[in-house]
Amino acid sequence: MKSLEELQKIKERALERRRLAGEGSRARVVVAMGTCGIAAGARDTMTAILGELEKRQIADVVVTQTGCVGLCEYEPIVQVQVGDQDMVTYGNIDTDRVSTLVEEHVVGGEPVEKWLVRK
Amino acid sequence: MIRSTILVSGDPISLSRGAEETKLAIEAELSFYGLEDEVQVGYTGRVNRTDVLPVVVVYPEGTVYGPVTPRDGSEIVEEHLYKGRVVDHLTVAAEIAAAEIDTLGELSDTLYGQKRIVLRRAGLIDPYSIDDYIAEDGYFALATALTDMTPDDVLQTVKNSNLQGRGGAGFPTGLKWSFVAQQAEPTRYIVCNADESEPGTFKDRLIIEGDPHSVLEGMALSGYAVGAHEGWIYIRGEYVMARDILNRAIAQAEEMNLLGDGILGSDFSFHIHVHAGAGAYICGEETALLNSLEGQRGIPRIRPPYPTVSGFRGMPTVVNNVETLANVAPIVLNGADWFRAIGTNRSPGTKVYTMLGDVNITGLVETPMGTTLREIIDIYGGGVKDGKAFKAAQTGGSSGTIIPADLLDVPMDFASMQEKGAGLGSGALLVCDEDTDIVDLAYVLVRFFMTESCGKCTPCRVGNVQMLESLERLRKGMARRSDLERLEEIADFVQQSSFCGLGQAAPVPILTGLRYFRDEFEARLRA
Repeated sequence: MKSLEELQKIKERALERRRLAGEGSRARVVVAMGTCGIAAGARDTMTAILGELEKRQIADVVVTQTGCVGLCEYEPIVQVQVGDQDMVTYGNIDTDRVSTLVEEHVVGGEPVEKWLVRK
Repeated sequence: MIRSTILVSGDPISLSRGAEETKLAIEAELSFYGLEDEVQVGYTGRVNRTDVLPVVVVYPEGTVYGPVTPRDGSEIVEEHLYKGRVVDHLTVAAEIAAAEIDTLGELSDTLYGQKRIVLRRAGLIDPYSIDDYIAEDGYFALATALTDMTPDDVLQTVKNSNLQGRGGAGFPTGLKWSFVAQQAEPTRYIVCNADESEPGTFKDRLIIEGDPHSVLEGMALSGYAVGAHEGWIYIRGEYVMARDILNRAIAQAEEMNLLGDGILGSDFSFHIHVHAGAGAYICGEETALLNSLEGQRGIPRIRPPYPTVSGFRGMPTVVNNVETLANVAPIVLNGADWFRAIGTNRSPGTKVYTMLGDVNITGLVETPMGTTLREIIDIYGGGVKDGKAFKAAQTGGSSGTIIPADLLDVPMDFASMQEKGAGLGSGALLVCDEDTDIVDLAYVLVRFFMTESCGKCTPCRVGNVQMLESLERLRKGMARRSDLERLEEIADFVQQSSFCGLGQAAPVPILTGLRYFRDEFEARLRA
């Protein structure tokens, strides 16, 4: 039986794919897109983030999605990680907050304190 | 010179249970014996067994005591530190002492100090990516089982973990599996109950939407343990996105040979299908679910025979809730002792709650079993909304018990809640502030059950209509005392004589409402 070894190989390939996907990117933006997030407008937020990055001609930011983190009250939730810094969680990121978020945190590298979700 | 260190758990739950007073008592006792220069005192994180909080750890021995009241704290100083004798009657069980103590720093990183097993990846990984799941140790429990464990090893591990069904009834999962495993009939099935139609409950949807593979892996492990090769997920029809996520997850897992024929080069095969319900509350009842899954009308079957003997297509069938199955892989990977060091002695592990109503922060909370309702509302829910007073909570969804403020400090685990005549149910926590009208609440709930009664048995079909009419008269100020007595009589009758869980549970809000808030019902009576 060699099931564990098989899975170990699969895991290494998965990690490699993830490393390549993140290679050369300056930041990662994750939008929570569970049903609660989408109901609160996460799709619009996602579109706005992609639009804002395109407008600024930023190509080295990875934008992905995740499920519900449990804080339905704060949806739409967006997580941002710049370089090697810790990932931070923002709450209630409606479309009108996207421009500031991208400018100050993704481009400027400074988290927007007032929108952070208290952990 | 410092020869010993005493640490008191200083997490939010311990603090709400008097950890600070315990620490002060220890410090006072130390100075009484003149030991304050030899023994230092501080805070640490917690163990995850809520029934022993707050804990006190004495180093260098590493002795763990709990729960420690201020008086116990003084005794520990006198006996352990001054006389050098371990206080046996205050020490915790070996599996708790062996478990790791969270550091306070770690706790602050886990969303207000929640303990996450089922939701540990939700909100962190991309649910559409199997790579994300595998990178976080996904499918390693299954691979380990296929490589190093017999089906019976897996079954015994789950049995020893004391995992109880998270759908509401709290039946021991390992025991249920063993009933299926010992059947003579070789064709067996695993059914995942994802119908989740209890109003106010949405944990299963968010588990699936956040971490679908955790459910699939749990089902495959269950299949391996009981000798089943096919599984069905019966998912609520309204959960369109969760269904889509599941279907994609199954396709990805099959492509990587993590599901399907000869999984990971072994001779174990397991296939999973997704079946959407059509919006009937009754289909969350396991036998009605099985009828619906077979293409028949969704009405309950007579039990016995139980589904473990004659379930889907008349074959032995495991029917487990989504959250239950999501617990299986971590248990197999980390062992039964690890799991039993979380929660309480009688109900180990965590529980996922959906908190809604008049609280500041609604959403999902996963915390060790035995956390009290007060702690959940204050620590995770941010307190009652607008600073109002707590009046009542309904635990377990619409068919759950309405409980008053007196029961806020009951540890929330299956056994403790049952002793108080309350239920944990599906984990929905509806919090009502002082402005809530209990009669109106009962009315809305009964109207729901009247609509959802399947009509198979008379007590439920007719009784719910009668109860609704009584409540209607009460709300209009037309009811007399005899009407109220009659309402109670009918409610009791419906609970005692209905065919299945729907009818048996429908009167619970009325009966508990009357038990704890009778004056509100009486205030509506005709003068």
